[in-house]
Amino acid sequence: MILEVTDIYTSYGLSQILFGVSLKVETGEVVSLLGRNGVGKTTTLRSIMGLTPPHSGSITWKGKEIARKLPHQIARMGIGFVPEDRRIFSDLTVWENLDVAIKSAKKTGQGWTMERVFELFPALKPIQKRRGGYLSGGEQQMLTIARTLMGNPNLLLLDEPSEGLAPIVVHQLGNQIMKLRQEGMTILLCEQNARFSLQLSDRLYILEKGVVRYRGSVADFRKDEEAYKTYLAL
Amino acid sequence: MQLPDPSFLLIQCLSGLTYAMFLFLIASGLSLIFGILRVLNFAHGSFYMLGAYLTYQFVSYFINSPAYFWWAVLFASVSVALIGGIIEMLLLSRLYVREELNQLLFTYALVLILGDFAKIIWGTGQLSISRPAILKGAVQIFGQYFPEYNIFIILLGPGIALLFWLIMTHTRWGRIIRAAALDREMLGTLGVNVSWLFTVVFTIGAWMAGLGGALVAPIAAIVPGMDVEIIISAFIVVVIGGLGSFWGTLLGAVILGQVISFGILVLPRLSMVFIYILMAVVLILRPWGLLGKPLKR
Repeated sequence: MILEVTDIYTSYGLSQILFGVSLKVETGEVVSLLGRNGVGKTTTLRSIMGLTPPHSGSITWKGKEIARKLPHQIARMGIGFVPEDRRIFSDLTVWENLDVAIKSAKKTGQGWTMERVFELFPALKPIQKRRGGYLSGGEQQMLTIARTLMGNPNLLLLDEPSEGLAPIVVHQLGNQIMKLRQEGMTILLCEQNARFSLQLSDRLYILEKGVVRYRGSVADFRKDEEAYKTYLAL
Repeated sequence: MQLPDPSFLLIQCLSGLTYAMFLFLIASGLSLIFGILRVLNFAHGSFYMLGAYLTYQFVSYFINSPAYFWWAVLFASVSVALIGGIIEMLLLSRLYVREELNQLLFTYALVLILGDFAKIIWGTGQLSISRPAILKGAVQIFGQYFPEYNIFIILLGPGIALLFWLIMTHTRWGRIIRAAALDREMLGTLGVNVSWLFTVVFTIGAWMAGLGGALVAPIAAIVPGMDVEIIISAFIVVVIGGLGSFWGTLLGAVILGQVISFGILVLPRLSMVFIYILMAVVLILRPWGLLGKPLKR
């Protein structure tokens, strides 16, 4: 077990968002976290990353408790966070955005370099000197994933990567995530776009109002028409 | 009306530039701290004042060394940097989660505490030190004399500006600092220890203020109240130039220096009035300053 979230309760100020969420991610797996807007998907990722720490429950990573650690410590232990609104450093160039994210690979054994990142996202290579603020939505999404990869994570937390992108760009992004998966990257993928997410994933969790309502393999879920209708049909 | 002698105008311009370089040093530290930590540091003028008093103190320690002035400048500015770093680490860092008003009150409290501290140690009288031996002379410019020390300051200012700019744009540390100004939470998730970065930035800012105070010591009176005087001018500089904008700060400092220097010629008693008029005009037309950017929250 590489990541294990057990019964976490998380609040933003006075409003409680998560009511005892538990989930597991195994090494090399791609796991989808699905659900409609506002059910706590982003909060789950932010809890894991230490940005909104849970007030109770436990989160273990490679066997160590991380629920009370700070975001930069969690990042250094090998968890990479790709936020939903991309959050590119707009005044920094593409190259500079990648450069500030470089972390030593000693602890994680990954070997991401600028060249490797440009191999995965060839579109970024010719625009290295462009400022982050002048990129298209798709380019920004690629850059934000590339930037997180520069930190050599063992696990990627991807928050709504397909949001606001044109269908063709979403398709391309799907291929790139697939490639990451083939290279053995472990991914926890939050999505509203279930179709996009499920074709990339081994297992899934469905959140509703801060509680996990469904868990299982993608193959089983596809056969279970009732569950599909209940949770995902809009 | 007869036009004044051109060489006199040139000297006046150079005096204005000398003052501008001090303003730049102080205001860029203020602007740096605001840009990264989002804290408006009222105590920045107090760091400048401490720099001047400590230089006076260290000069008396090192008086037997030939380069005593330079040692004093080094020790005084580094001491101020350390004091700033400790204040940030132990006290200010606890206030980032609070409202901005709490931070303002805290830095204002520092102004009062450090001001009284200086009065207790060095008294309320006016102190002064002499210029360093190698820069004691004056050069003749079109028949007018201008102190060598001031020329040194005029040359040092752009040197520090250039160094600062190179660090910010061409080193990884500089890029990380710029990224922190844009999105500190994101930077934290990329593995950067942002609270440590804040301490470093505050220390650098305090060092710049301390250096300004140390270098002004030979040509200004070291008195209580110099802290408040400089902080007001530094605020005006960043308002005119744009808070958080590096080149804006340089531009604002040069404008302010020249307006004061020439304003004295036209209406001696009202030279500060020109500054406030200028600031008001900038605030009305470009509230984010000449080279600044509108603040997004």
